[in-house]
Amino acid sequence: MSEELLDQVTQADYKYGFVTDIETDIIPIGLSEEVVRLISSKKNEPEWMLEFRLKAYRHWLTMEMPEWAHLKIPAIDYQSIAYYAAPRKNAPQSLDEVDPELLKTFDKLGISMEEQKMLSGVAVDVVMDSVSVKTTFKESLAELGIIFCSFSEAVENHPELVQKYMGSVVPYADNFFATLNCAVFSDGSFVYIPKGVRCPMELSTYFRINAINTGQFERTLIVADDDSYVSYLEGCTAPMRDENQLHAAIVEIIVMNNAEVKYSTVQNWYPGDKNGVGGIYNFVTKRGICKGVNSKLSWTQVETGSAVTWKYPSCILLGDNSSAEFYSVAVTNHHQQADTGTKMLHIGKNTSSHILSKGISAGQSQNSYRGLVRVNPKAENARNYSQCDSLLLGDKCGAHTFPYMEVNNDTAIIEHEATTSKINEDQIFYCNQRGISTEDAVGLIVNGYAKEVLNQLPMEFAVEAQKLLQITLEGSVG
Amino acid sequence: MLEIKNLHANINGKEILKGLDLVVRPGEVHAIMGPNGAGKSTLASVLSGNQAYEVTKGEITFYEKDLLEMSPENRSREGIFLSFQYPVEIPGVSMVNFMRTAINEHRKYKNMEALSATDFLRTMREKKELVEMDNKLANRSVNEGFSGGEKKRNEIFQMAMLDPRLSILDETDSGLDIDALRIVANGVNKLKRADNASIVITHYQRLLDYIVPDFVHVLYNGRIVKTGGKELALELEEKGYDWIKKEVDGE
Ligand SMILES: Nc1ncnc2c1ncn2[C@@H]1O[C@H](COP(=O)(O)OP(=O)(O)OP(=O)(O)O)[C@@H](O)[C@H]1O
Ligand SMILES: [Mg+2]
Repeated sequence: MSEELLDQVTQADYKYGFVTDIETDIIPIGLSEEVVRLISSKKNEPEWMLEFRLKAYRHWLTMEMPEWAHLKIPAIDYQSIAYYAAPRKNAPQSLDEVDPELLKTFDKLGISMEEQKMLSGVAVDVVMDSVSVKTTFKESLAELGIIFCSFSEAVENHPELVQKYMGSVVPYADNFFATLNCAVFSDGSFVYIPKGVRCPMELSTYFRINAINTGQFERTLIVADDDSYVSYLEGCTAPMRDENQLHAAIVEIIVMNNAEVKYSTVQNWYPGDKNGVGGIYNFVTKRGICKGVNSKLSWTQVETGSAVTWKYPSCILLGDNSSAEFYSVAVTNHHQQADTGTKMLHIGKNTSSHILSKGISAGQSQNSYRGLVRVNPKAENARNYSQCDSLLLGDKCGAHTFPYMEVNNDTAIIEHEATTSKINEDQIFYCNQRGISTEDAVGLIVNGYAKEVLNQLPMEFAVEAQKLLQITLEGSVG
Repeated sequence: MLEIKNLHANINGKEILKGLDLVVRPGEVHAIMGPNGAGKSTLASVLSGNQAYEVTKGEITFYEKDLLEMSPENRSREGIFLSFQYPVEIPGVSMVNFMRTAINEHRKYKNMEALSATDFLRTMREKKELVEMDNKLANRSVNEGFSGGEKKRNEIFQMAMLDPRLSILDETDSGLDIDALRIVANGVNKLKRADNASIVITHYQRLLDYIVPDFVHVLYNGRIVKTGGKELALELEEKGYDWIKKEVDGE
């Protein structure tokens, strides 16, 4: 591919860069025990919640930022970050009460709530800067006994569930970023599916960073009780900003006997400009546990955004006959860096896991797959199949694969395959000859390449994700 | 419609086309024959704008426009279609999605509205019938796992979909079985009109039994060295290229 072509495709600007003009209520910047207490009191939290935060904060002070990932990250000054921002107005009950600015923002993103509601019956729990602004469909879900609310509401209304499960998959001392989240998390979502209930609609949350210098510390907790099923979607885009913004989220998922959870993400935080200025630092801890027998957890992620992505959605296969899947497409362009993958920890008997990772790198970006498959001594008949493919657009970008395997039981069958390829110019020319521009051709080819993963997404999300892949790579081949 | 004057073209610094001239008018069928490595596919690539080839001299006009100034996609949108000698596979990209994108790009270029899903699917059905293409193939990814013959049939299907003004068929007959050859050739004939033209690159008379050329050209050593009517193909079939090579090399 010619340099010129490459330059053109890699030069596209971030389409979702705009800032919503909504008043926000920001706690002074910096982190201290006092700030932690302030966050907790602003949210009127019970004592046990404050204790949890403080325990985490004190532990965090003893920790250091991990450096093992294949990432170059400038030093982050944790004292220059604001740890809490909430829209001033009270949470509205209906769409009419929602700030028109916010609705406009969603329109620009092409994911207007109206459309979402009509098209797919998606219950949308919008998190704008930290506090839940709007929840739809909550009542019809409540009839089934399903709880789908903001994390803060769960702390208030379902403290027994929160106390039982929060920190049970990702302990407060788990890692630097998770511990930070435990201390200062702002809000997020809570889902509980009772025994024997199939959630009749996709549950969805859109996250959005909006205030200058405000870290976003979301927390999601999903509990699927025996014989239940839920599919949960999370998607995000962020407005253009010069300062780097820190994002350290936690997602915990608990899957009980015969239950199934599908968790899908489309991640499109602001990636920084062509020169690598700005962009979100995205350090996420996502982990689920297949706690019960025959339980099933499936992670699907489409990662196109952020300047730095550090994210390994993982699964602890504790229940016998449990299974887990990880489907990932990670696209990096310009100066983006992604270090992402999964961990599959086989503990129960007859557990199986499937990993399919597609990395696509363009520009000067670095894209790493890092995966761990561990089979414990007592995990009889564990089965894993991993496939990690990398596609390079141009020769200034990098693709790396770090598969780790720790197999401590002879009955395990573990397979790993990896490929690295360059985008094929003959394919591009073939498209050109049919009247398709190179930019569109790259979009088509890349979407075709990622198809197996995109197919895992719920329909309405898949369409959005395809557009996103194309937009992300605009300008990367001309 | 097409006028090529003194065309010289290189690949990797090696000169392949060495002063080629050709004029194609609407309604005409031109056959291009010639020994392996003569530059036939190179000509097709240059006409369609493959950037691997460098044009060092000469000019090409297509309906009074300078073709060499045009991007490959705009040449396609202007109505130049190439049926590839070796069609590539594009895994994961469905034929439907691919053709729909292509057609709508052509329409956009002509300031026409995008085809609705129903209209598109109807057109697709009609054109599939023209080349008797299996439904299953049309539902698969572009050329992925297609047999050699199926790929060629798919090329002509795409030609039917895009309705070009000038189609260049590069050894479309190779890989087709006897029945498929007839079907595909009939498809090409049905697409023939007074306002379009084709350049048919082939090694064998049998294709020209179906697609009857108005002119037969011999391309040798980067130039068109002989032009005749359809009888020239028969003569070549019988005598091979040696006599022409001698004529040319002996000059
Ligand atoms: N990438 C390349 N580098 C160097 N030489 C090349 C390259 N591609 C093609 N050629 C040479 O250019 C010449 C013309 O090739 P071309 O494919 O145009 O021949 P052709 O007339 O189509 O032959 P055939 O009848 O076998 O299809 C051949 O000698 C070929 O080896
Ligand atoms: Mg050839």
